[in-house]
Amino acid sequence: MSTAAVASVPTWRRPGRLVASLAVLVVWSLLYLVLRGRDTLPLGETETTPLHQSFNHLSDSIASNRNSSPLFVYFFNYLQIWMTQFVTFVQSLISQPGFGRPAPLIGWLGVLALGGFLAWLLAGWRSAVLAVLGFAFIGWQGLWTEAMDTLALTLAAVLIAVVIGIPIGIWIGLSRKAARVITPILDFMQIMPTFVYLAPLTLLFLIGPASSTIAVLIYSIPPVIRITGHAIRSVPESTTEASDSLGATRWQTLTQVMLPMAKRTIVMGINQTTMAALSMVTIAALISAPGLGQTVLQALTTLDVGTAFNGGLAIVIMAIVLDRTTTAAGEGTERTFEHGLPPRLRWGVAGLGAIVTAVLVWESATFWWANTFPTGHSIGPSIVSGVASASTWIQDTFSGVTNVLKNLISGGLLDPLQTLLTESPFWLVIIALTALAAILGGRWAALSTVVCLLIVVGLNLWQNSMETLAATLIATVLTMVFAIVIGVAMGRSRRVDRIVRPTLDAGQVMPAFVYLVPFLVLFGASRFTAIVSAMVYAVPPAAKVIADGIRGVSESTVEAATSAGASTWQIIHQVQLPMASRALALATNQGLIYVLAMVVVGGMVGAGGLGYQVVNGFVQDRFIGKGLAAGLAIVLLGLMLDRISQAVASRVDPSGAR
Amino acid sequence: MTAHAASPDAMVSVRNLWKVFGPKAAEVPKSPQLQQLSRRELMDQAGCTAAVRDATFDVSRGEVFVIMGLSGSGKSTLIRLLTRLIEPTAGQLLLEGDDLMTRDTKAMRDLRRSKVSMVFQHFGLLPHRRVVDNVSYGLEIRGVDKATRTRRAMEVIELVGLSGYERSFPHQLSGGMQQRVGLARALAGDPDMLLFDEPFSALDPLIRRDMQAEVIRLHKEMGKTMIFVTHDLSEALKLGDRILIMRDGAMVQTGTGDQLVGAPADEYVRNFVQDVPRSHVLTLRWVARPERLGEEVADLTLPADTIIRDAIRCVISAGRPVRVVDGGSGGAGGSGGKVLGVVGEDEILTSIAGLEDE
Amino acid sequence: MSSFRTRLQDDGVRRPSRGSPGRSAHGSSRRARAALPGIGAAVVVLAVGLSGCAGARIGDTNAAAGGGGGAGAASGECGTLKLAMNDWVGYTADAAVLTYVARTAMGCTVQQLPMKEQIAWQGFGTGQVHVIVENWGHDDLKAKYIDQQKTAVSAGPTGNIGTIGWWVPPWLAKAHPDVLQWKNLNKYATQFATSESGGKGQLLDGDPSYVTNDEALVKNLNLNFKVVYAGSETALITSFRAAEQQKKWVIGYFYSPQWFLSEVPMQKVELPPYTPGCDADASKIACDYPRYDLDKIVAAKFAKDGGPAYQLVKNFQWTNDDQNLVAKYITADKMTPDAAAKKWVEANKVRANSWLAGIGGAKPF
Repeated sequence: MSTAAVASVPTWRRPGRLVASLAVLVVWSLLYLVLRGRDTLPLGETETTPLHQSFNHLSDSIASNRNSSPLFVYFFNYLQIWMTQFVTFVQSLISQPGFGRPAPLIGWLGVLALGGFLAWLLAGWRSAVLAVLGFAFIGWQGLWTEAMDTLALTLAAVLIAVVIGIPIGIWIGLSRKAARVITPILDFMQIMPTFVYLAPLTLLFLIGPASSTIAVLIYSIPPVIRITGHAIRSVPESTTEASDSLGATRWQTLTQVMLPMAKRTIVMGINQTTMAALSMVTIAALISAPGLGQTVLQALTTLDVGTAFNGGLAIVIMAIVLDRTTTAAGEGTERTFEHGLPPRLRWGVAGLGAIVTAVLVWESATFWWANTFPTGHSIGPSIVSGVASASTWIQDTFSGVTNVLKNLISGGLLDPLQTLLTESPFWLVIIALTALAAILGGRWAALSTVVCLLIVVGLNLWQNSMETLAATLIATVLTMVFAIVIGVAMGRSRRVDRIVRPTLDAGQVMPAFVYLVPFLVLFGASRFTAIVSAMVYAVPPAAKVIADGIRGVSESTVEAATSAGASTWQIIHQVQLPMASRALALATNQGLIYVLAMVVVGGMVGAGGLGYQVVNGFVQDRFIGKGLAAGLAIVLLGLMLDRISQAVASRVDPSGAR
Repeated sequence: MTAHAASPDAMVSVRNLWKVFGPKAAEVPKSPQLQQLSRRELMDQAGCTAAVRDATFDVSRGEVFVIMGLSGSGKSTLIRLLTRLIEPTAGQLLLEGDDLMTRDTKAMRDLRRSKVSMVFQHFGLLPHRRVVDNVSYGLEIRGVDKATRTRRAMEVIELVGLSGYERSFPHQLSGGMQQRVGLARALAGDPDMLLFDEPFSALDPLIRRDMQAEVIRLHKEMGKTMIFVTHDLSEALKLGDRILIMRDGAMVQTGTGDQLVGAPADEYVRNFVQDVPRSHVLTLRWVARPERLGEEVADLTLPADTIIRDAIRCVISAGRPVRVVDGGSGGAGGSGGKVLGVVGEDEILTSIAGLEDE
Repeated sequence: MSSFRTRLQDDGVRRPSRGSPGRSAHGSSRRARAALPGIGAAVVVLAVGLSGCAGARIGDTNAAAGGGGGAGAASGECGTLKLAMNDWVGYTADAAVLTYVARTAMGCTVQQLPMKEQIAWQGFGTGQVHVIVENWGHDDLKAKYIDQQKTAVSAGPTGNIGTIGWWVPPWLAKAHPDVLQWKNLNKYATQFATSESGGKGQLLDGDPSYVTNDEALVKNLNLNFKVVYAGSETALITSFRAAEQQKKWVIGYFYSPQWFLSEVPMQKVELPPYTPGCDADASKIACDYPRYDLDKIVAAKFAKDGGPAYQLVKNFQWTNDDQNLVAKYITADKMTPDAAAKKWVEANKVRANSWLAGIGGAKPF
């Protein structure tokens, strides 16, 4: 899209660009001194504007049309019924009584057997052992039923996401036009805070499985669509052309050439979707979705850190099991081509496994002992009390240090930036940011910036948006500092990678609600708490991208530098980081988007801004419209930052050679 | 090369074929003005690129026809136009007298399934299938049952010398062997015509030579019509009965190898062929001079189509000029054929040294 | 052909051992060995599974070991009670006691549906929610759902009195008793300043679920304070708890009854007294919050049908002390809500039985 701008510019590291950016900042600051306080578009936290009220009426009209509008009678209501039945069916299989029985059809023994067998079949014995041990541990935590509810909801959502998402992904893979239309919609679905649509969803689809599943779907379907599209586009043209030249129909080429070749990447898409679904199932607890999310949220009402952690740990374990299994399954699709067993033996072993599994499933369906997880020797209470005392110790020990840190960052970085953004006239901010976008990212980035900011002005939430923007930018800078340190360490050493990676996974999947309480104690209800929470969530993906980038720097270049007598530090900052500059830019982009995803959580711990407005809109009827406007503003800020950082990323010379 | 009616007897007959990319593609072949424009001008004025301009040629049954040109000359586009893998913008296209431009998608698909197969530069193999399944893919598409297509695939694999590797995956094979799979896949459907799009340019020189020999062998054994795209002149000369040289989408010259080397149509072709060892390509016809009055001539005569290189020993050992006859079988005495002239040591040596133009 | 074969060798295979016929035989024998333990496991499992001595069967009525809902003592026509579960502990206490009574004394099936208040109000119209057991004011929701849409009705007070206001930690009230008068607040404004309040004193506001007039109050009382939105009850309580432990200055919006008050007895700051109508114009408010008589809201249809469950909800009433006791069982004593409810009911049978008065089929404690 922005190729025109890219061609003329060799590299973004040109000193001229930096000087120009600094010049813009200096001029902006000078003008601020003169114009401060003018045209700042203030609006009290509890005030609303006619626009917000008209959004309110929108949501009211949904409720009053429930049983009369044909859209409801013939579409939403049927969708609701169908979804409810489907999810209830999956729940009756593993988590809830159903089919006229007092217990789920498949009990813990059956789930362990089935999970192990499927993991073995799809991903190999390592994954099978991991799956069995992981699920057994969750049972041991005393959270079996809750975990199965979470699993049922996740699986149901992922199944639907796959059935809908893969065809759409294929479509955008085959048609550029479709991709152009659908990609912005996917952006929107991913950045729009869940809290904004949670309440309207319960109006459309009632409280219950249908709403929860759709909420999960909205957030988790974009990855599988995007990645499937990418996979289809990546099939080499030479292969599809060869198929055409043999007289294959489009359908034959699609099913026999493109899909098999894209399979591995598509599985990665399913993996991403599964992770996203799992993280959203926690939030769906707010509209009464059952499962581990309930455990975590209810623990939060009494500030019970131990119980919340126990629930969060179960989610992390489930995420790791699902992640490792689907990842291995993706790689396995290639591996089995090479040294599969002779067919007869393979079927034999698989058949045997199937029989064992079937027997265990039957046992679990028939006998109580195999159905309800034994509660005798649960480790749950020990985890709860252990974590509680650990958290108290951390709070008592570190709160002095952390306060200094908080004041340093808040006073030294956050306040100046926030003041500049909120106290300058809005038009000055728009001009300055557009100029910066033009310098750093080119004219398309500048255009997105000006359009997004103008709409933000139109949403009547200028001050809140600038507060959020300031916190987001600072959080992203800090995120990148940590991500670079961790990513470089991981990229340079496989051993560090192996140790750090599970921690990163945990940071990404652990529901934020679990660590909010200790953070609140350490840093108080403040913007800094929000920033730290965002970093826990955003550092992992950024660090992983950087680690991959560092690892991608060619061995021979590093060797050459080493032979030239470069020190380790010189190699890192003169060879590896510059050559991984594309990965750095990509990581920044990812970091920004992930930080933005935590804006709402930030609103719950004292960061104010758009996040607070979204939360407010979720819980107070009067502010639904304002919350919706705040959600839109978050999307716009997200789109703006995404377009700028992508433009910068695409300007970076991919070879990194200078 | 004036336009004339398409020839129904030829295997392939192409008349005034155009392929233009761009917003106003369809107008270019119709407008005499736009037709005249150079590549640059066409881009500036109409925003279009003419990949193939006004191509007209015939390929006879059993012939090996080479399309040659540098990258960007339109040769790869041209070969794809022949089975409408790329849709021509304008022109006429006959296969065995059958007008392909009027066929619908399904009919074209049938044609690709049974009559014409293609071999690609980057092989285009399916990485997730074993060799045998790659080779039988074309048959699978047609709906041939599994036993039959496996049997047929094994035959073709044997034919291209890949026996023993049926169960391998493409990435386990070297480039040359992968292209043998590509070749086998093209042959499996027993097509009447084979199209090759720079099939060997990604291969090492030694392996390329083997593969060229392989194509020559297959052509001798099966006598199929072949259209072969290459940017390598020596490959063109080695394989081609006739060669078409393209530049910027237009045809520059069509002819046999010795015609191109002996009588280049323009400076472009001349530059192209200048490094070719003339003695390896030209026949005696191209170097024969009129017999001087009273000149002493050797007893034996040589046919005019003898490649110079093959005549060197004869002429040198004869010690005096040798008569060259057209059409005759040659030999002692000089029976049959019209005498075109004589070739002596001087002519041979200058042609070896490549000096006669100077 | 033979010459062709020899040429193939420089055409070489990159990974010749893979896929060659010899290899797969070797591989299969290895797999076969690996499969042996599997076979062993299968035999054991089959033996155990088919021997028929594997414990209580699901569906055997006389061996229902882990079935859902307790055995109903009474078999009234109670049916299902759908109870919204808002997410504060006081609410949980009300709901737990109500649930315990409805299940054990009346044989109702109770569905507890965790959700935010606003969603619960929406649920009245769709028949998915029958009861909200503790409602704090919410005049806007009442106007919308009771007056306009007519999907909900009030089922009377719970007996609990809600107080909203500004509170400080006990250590501060003890060390500086005059802080409890709003007029003295400006004196201490700098002490209350934090990184978030930009030099002014910080007034910590909390869970957005509750009505707040604090911005207007600060402005109209000319206080040198800035309202900082903590954004959740969790953030509020954590801040108070830390402030008491570390003797830090904090003043914030809070409410009673609240379980946290039994852990840290926060002290309420006196604001200009509430008079009816003093909060009519939201932007001019300069008086304290009103007292809230917390009430129960039920779905209009649920009330109209007037079943035994509705009767129970209507009769349900207790005091702040009662609620605080049950809340303490849950938070401090770490009892499950159900166990806490049981303990309270067994100690207060008379009160519980009074709720059952006049309900046909109910079996008193």
